[in-house]
Formats: sequence, C-alpha cells, structure tokens
Amino acid sequence: MSSIQDRVIEIIAEQAVLEPADVTLDSTLEDLGIDSLGLVESIFAIEEAFDISVPFNANEPEKSDFDISSVRAIVAGIDRLIAEQS
Amino acid sequence: MTRVVITGAGTINPLGADVPATLEAMREGRCGIGELEFRDVERLSIRIGGQVRGYDPETVFNRQQLALYDRFTQFTLVAARQAIAQAGLDFKGELAARAGVILGNSGGGMTTLDDNYRSVYEEGKNRVHPFVVPKLMNNAAASHLSMEFNLKGPTFTVSTACASSNHAMAQAFQMVHGGITPVMVTGGSESMLCFGGVKAWEGLRVMSRDACRPFSANRNGMVQGEGAAVYIFEELEHARKRGAEILAEVIGFAMTSDAADIVMPSKQGAARAMAGALRDARVDREEVGYINAHGTGTAANDKTECAAVADVFGAHSDRLMISSTKSMHAHLIGATGAVELLACIMALRDGVIAPTIGYEEPDPECALDVVPNEAREARVEVALSNAFAFGGLNAVLALRRFA
Repeated sequence: MSSIQDRVIEIIAEQAVLEPADVTLDSTLEDLGIDSLGLVESIFAIEEAFDISVPFNANEPEKSDFDISSVRAIVAGIDRLIAEQS
Repeated sequence: MTRVVITGAGTINPLGADVPATLEAMREGRCGIGELEFRDVERLSIRIGGQVRGYDPETVFNRQQLALYDRFTQFTLVAARQAIAQAGLDFKGELAARAGVILGNSGGGMTTLDDNYRSVYEEGKNRVHPFVVPKLMNNAAASHLSMEFNLKGPTFTVSTACASSNHAMAQAFQMVHGGITPVMVTGGSESMLCFGGVKAWEGLRVMSRDACRPFSANRNGMVQGEGAAVYIFEELEHARKRGAEILAEVIGFAMTSDAADIVMPSKQGAARAMAGALRDARVDREEVGYINAHGTGTAANDKTECAAVADVFGAHSDRLMISSTKSMHAHLIGATGAVELLACIMALRDGVIAPTIGYEEPDPECALDVVPNEAREARVEVALSNAFAFGGLNAVLALRRFA
C-alpha cells in the first residue's frame, strides 16, 4: 500500500519538478502546477509503472471513472485499479 | 518593393554545430559523412550518412522539453537560437505580432515514429507516450520556435521533399518583400537517420554505399544527412535603422513544377526555375558567379542539372562556378536548401567558394567548373541556390553580395 503511494508521489513530483517531500496527499494537481499535458504524461507514467490501464479521457476528465481531485484520490484510484486488473 | 536582407544565421549539421564551424569545414573541404550509428543499423545495406555528432540533447534542453522535442525540433531550436542572437532581435509588441516562422521539413518526427512503431509492432506494447503526435507532426519545430521567441505572425511548415527549405525561404522572402512583416524567421530542419527512415530510402536504390561524389563520372548515388539551418530575413531599412550586420541580400526566387514524373528530374523544370529566379531578381545571367547546385550525386540529377545550367546561361556557363556541398554534409532533404544557403553567403560575403569534394573523374555530361575538391577564392556578386525535389518541384533562390 505505502509503496504504491510512494511511487505515485514520486511520479507526480517528477512531473511537477518538485521533491517528493513537497507533494502531500492533500495536494491538487493545480497546486502542483501540473497542466493538462502534464496530467496525461503522469497518467502514462503511472500506467507504465504499475502495468495498469487508467480510464481517463482528457476531453471530459470530470466524467472519467478516475478521480484526479487530489493526490490522495489518485492513489486510491490506482490502488483500486491494481486490485481489479491484477 | 522592400529590399530583404539576411541579418542572422544559425545551424547544426554534420559539418559543425554553428555557422563558423560549418564554414570552416566547407573552406577546408572536410567530409561530415561517416558510418551510421543507431539501433538495427546492421539490418541496413546502406550504412553511411551525415549524422550530427558530438551533440548531447540533455545539455541543451531539459527533460520536459525533450519529452516534446523530436530531434528535428531540437535541431531547429539550436539553429534558431544562434540566428536570433546574431540578429540581436527581441520580439515584442508590434514586431512580435507581425514576425513569423516558415520552415521546410520533409519527414517530420521520423525517429519518434520509428521508435513508437517499433514499440507497438515489434515489442507488442499497447501503450505509447501521450506526446507522440505533438512530437512527430511536421509543424512541431515551427510551433516551438514561435513559442520560444514570441513570434505571432504567419507561421507554418512547407513540405516539398528536397526543395522544402527553398520553398519555405522563398515564401518568407515574399512576405518581407511584400511588406506583410518586417522580419521572418525561416530555414529548414530534418532528421530521418533512423532504421525506418534509411530503410525506406534504401528501397529506391538511389543511395550510395560509399560516398557522395556529385558531378564525378564515378558517382553512384546520394547520401542522406540530418540537421538544420535557420535565418533572419529582414527589411533592409528595418535592419539599417538598428545597425544590424547584413550577411547578404535576398533578391529573388522562382518555383516551378515539372508536371512530368514523380522521381525523374526534368531539365526544362530546372531551367525554368533558374531563369525565373534571374528574372524575378532582375539580374543578367552574366552577373551570376556561383551556383550552389542541387548536386545530389545521382546519375540522373547531376547531368540534368548541368544541362539545365548550360541552357540557361549559354556561354556564361563556362565562366561561373557551380559546386555541390552535399559532397560534405550529405543530402539533408527538407533542410538541405537551408544549410546550402550558407555556402552562398560564404561566397558572397567572404569570397570563398565551397568545393565539390570526392570529385575523382570528369564526366562529359557535367562539364562545368564544379570547384573540384578544393575551395577557391573569388569575388561573387550574385549567387543562386538550386533545389529540385522528388515530385518535380523546383525552387531557386537568388542572393546578392551586400556592400
């Protein structure tokens, strides 16, 4: 569990050009300065890291079955996808 | 009509990582062609090319930029930074709103395409990086250049195979000449030296396995290269007012289509383009001292080009000099006219004519002064730069020494 969280934070931090310590579970992507292009790149990195498929459509992020409202929500979503897809 | 001058030049190509290094290599007749180095090269029958060496992208661009910049975009930005620094222009306000970018390019992000096809077809992966499309599109380089320097005027990419850069620079010239904008950034870039890129060219059976020897009787084909060159085309008065250094004046151009064959060149199409450029520039043929040839080193191009020069210039064709610098930097396809314009600038500004190296045996069908093997000093008033593309699309630029 915590290793997934650490890895996700690492990916998001790299995208935001921050230290992992500066990324908290309550951070939003907006807080971290990650734009839409940065978001799709992060999702790609997450898919590669965990060998999962993230259901995310950049046209209608709010309708996607994947909550990106905070780092905590993203980690929870990935935990769920790993459980479902393994 | 407004006079148009070149106030900045930048390049990275197999001969050098900037303009002074490239001109020095041309003066010395150095060859930038060597053994190709990239994945799966052992599966190619053509293993030589003009690769840009000693270039480490990570020292020039950050990780996020590299995720978006294919090699042809990287080359463009490297060359553009040099050109804009030399011109000393800062694009803001009215100038930023009017100045734009026109670049030539043929293959787009060929290495990006090749790497990602490999990963989905060969390695069976089902996921590609999200930036594949914005990285490989032909206009990526022009767009990134406009973003980096705040160029908000007409910006697009011209793709006419081996004539792309000349078509692009002719368009940029026309825009400044016609008063649409006081400044345009123009030139071309190409990077097709990857397994898929060279494999496709191999199929045509026009590539040499050992060297590019334009106009030499023993020539046996073209050699492909990569790189970019970028220029600042500026209104003469605009340049004068700010005391800019002027490298040369662009005085005219012409474009023609052979309307004949998808690969074989036509003497008439080439001749009409050269004659048209002279007419557009309002110069007599006797004023032309140097032609930078298309000179690919294929049997067909070189003899057709020489016959076209003889037709256009008559008795003067024996007095002018014509050389192909592709013998040194190879054929940069969509960037070739841009890099070759450097040889015209050197002829006009420095009075040094770049040689055709690798010249071993005279060919009676190419009986012109091709400046064999060694550079020559000569005062040149007017120079032409030829580009004759597959598809029969020709574009010739005319430049004058600026005094």
